[in-house]
Amino acid sequence: MSSDEDQGTIRTPISQRPEWADIEPVPQHDGPNPVVAIAYTDEFVETMDYFRAIYLGNELSTRALHLTAEAIKLNPGNYTIWQFRRQILEALGTELHEELDFVEQIAAASSKNYQIWHHRRWVADKLGPEAVAKEFEFTKKCFDQDAKHYHAWCHRQWVLQAFGGWENELNYCQRLIEDDIFNNSAWNQRFFVITRSPLLGGLEAMRTSEVSYTINSIKAHPENESPWRYLRGLYKNDLQSLATDPLVASICLEVLNTKSNLVHALNMLLDLVSHGLQASEGLRNVVDSLVLDSAPSDLDMARKISLVLELVDPMRANYWRWRRSTVTAQTAPFQNVEGITGLTL
Amino acid sequence: MGELVVEKHTKYIVTVEKSKDSFESVVMEHLRLNGAYWGLTTLDIMGKLDVVDQDEVVSWIMQCQHESGGFGGNIGHDPHLLYTLSAIQVLGLFNKTDVLDIDKVANYIAGLQNADGSFNGDIWGEVDTRFSYIAICSLALLRRLDKINVEKAVEYIVSCKNVDGGFGCTPGAESHAGQIFCCVGALAITGSLDRVDKDLLGWWLCERQLKSGGLNGRPEKLADVCYSWWVLSSLIMIDRVHWIDKDKLIKFILDCQDKEKGGISDRPDDAVDVFHTYFGVAGLSLLEYPGLKPVDPAYALPVDVVNRIFFSK
Repeated sequence: MSSDEDQGTIRTPISQRPEWADIEPVPQHDGPNPVVAIAYTDEFVETMDYFRAIYLGNELSTRALHLTAEAIKLNPGNYTIWQFRRQILEALGTELHEELDFVEQIAAASSKNYQIWHHRRWVADKLGPEAVAKEFEFTKKCFDQDAKHYHAWCHRQWVLQAFGGWENELNYCQRLIEDDIFNNSAWNQRFFVITRSPLLGGLEAMRTSEVSYTINSIKAHPENESPWRYLRGLYKNDLQSLATDPLVASICLEVLNTKSNLVHALNMLLDLVSHGLQASEGLRNVVDSLVLDSAPSDLDMARKISLVLELVDPMRANYWRWRRSTVTAQTAPFQNVEGITGLTL
Repeated sequence: MGELVVEKHTKYIVTVEKSKDSFESVVMEHLRLNGAYWGLTTLDIMGKLDVVDQDEVVSWIMQCQHESGGFGGNIGHDPHLLYTLSAIQVLGLFNKTDVLDIDKVANYIAGLQNADGSFNGDIWGEVDTRFSYIAICSLALLRRLDKINVEKAVEYIVSCKNVDGGFGCTPGAESHAGQIFCCVGALAITGSLDRVDKDLLGWWLCERQLKSGGLNGRPEKLADVCYSWWVLSSLIMIDRVHWIDKDKLIKFILDCQDKEKGGISDRPDDAVDVFHTYFGVAGLSLLEYPGLKPVDPAYALPVDVVNRIFFSK
């Protein structure tokens, strides 16, 4: 219908299109002397003037649907146009698979506005489970452009919870993490899957294999905060078990021995020691090697670690100083009681 | 790094969007009420609100209100919580909330609460913790929090908490500094900050500071002046702001100024806009930059405005 449907064609002003001859456009009323005077492009002004006319006349017609498409292309952030479009779609009983294509077309130009995603969800919700494959494909396209696309991830989580499709989701997360191991969104999705998928048995069932996967990821990039946080997440509400998992202590040792990218390993070690780990000789030696010679020689392990952290991460020195103060308060009464530190905490 | 060019920013805000055919002016039309909040709050923080004709603004705002009680982003636009909070905030700046039919606005907001405690943004049913914050902040400013089920609202927000201590838009969604501000702000206003893992979240938030001194909103993302607000206000609400390097952040924000034409951008040398100008100036206020009014980190309004609202009458 509209001459603007295909890219590349020259736009005919709406005022010169015969099908719109009966409509009187309604200009925007900004009030007298607006706070911030707004200048508009001619095309935008004309389209919005016609939109206002059909909106105020509540015209739920095919030509109105086409006009909303034109208006949305000019400003996909305008929620009133999207809302009116949904009213028209409902009134006309329009085939909604095509609507998914329309959303995709708009998203191709700018996918980072809330209206697009809300509209997409509304359409997918109406289509039900038959939308799953298309929605996965759509979000995948978004991730090809931006693998941390917040709206797309929320949409994908909604699809999974509303209609299922969990079968390949862990593999999908794995693939995205392989593409970019620093992608925190993919790590978050992984946690979402292992804790919420009805097919995997929950966090405790997944813990062993996930710890091993995460530790391998840490080995590859010890400076990456995402797997370190993921590792803590795997021991949610049970930091004592984190402290007694030998794999966790050994990855800390392995990273510290390289003498680079120390912050996350030291931070984890500090948590482990605070939650009862009796540090091995190897760990004690490597921490000793990192402490400045000027530091008092009788310091306990936790305080030594926080001193090193202050040194290697000066931007957050106050945080590490605070950690030192709390760790000392917690562990000091027990530090001389050989062997039972873990039990008392 | 220089200083905050207050006069230039004032001029920028007053004349913003007058440039013909600018992209920004076209995309701003539908959210002009948000734009008014960003611009006018910035002016007030800088002590320059008197350059604006209050009566004109108030009269325009009231024309954005609908029969339902909610506000649209501009005259003739559908109502939404996003613009309703901006309307209340701007009226608060001018000490004009008494022009509102308070119960009508409050009933509109309360009517958007769902059985699980969450809030829709409007009649179309989008759910997001942003809307929880907006509803709670609006109702608190109207002194009508009793219209909603606060306990359930808090439970919903807590259900969006992640193992890193942060919050997302819905349960299970990735932690994001903007959503964290909304959730921590709503919990602060309702007296529920005990539901935040302050040390864990504080560490996540202070890890957002990059070598440039600027803050990002999620791991491995670029620094952006807007997070000077989202991250800083959250750190202040949970009393952990001393964990970041404030001087470096001040320098980063000042480096994002357009010192000739005024305005602040997301990163040094990018184009300025009113949104980032607000977040930069408000961030500097949170950092106690001299000459600026203090801002309340939960209500996102100058402290004297918040005090006037709660301690008058």
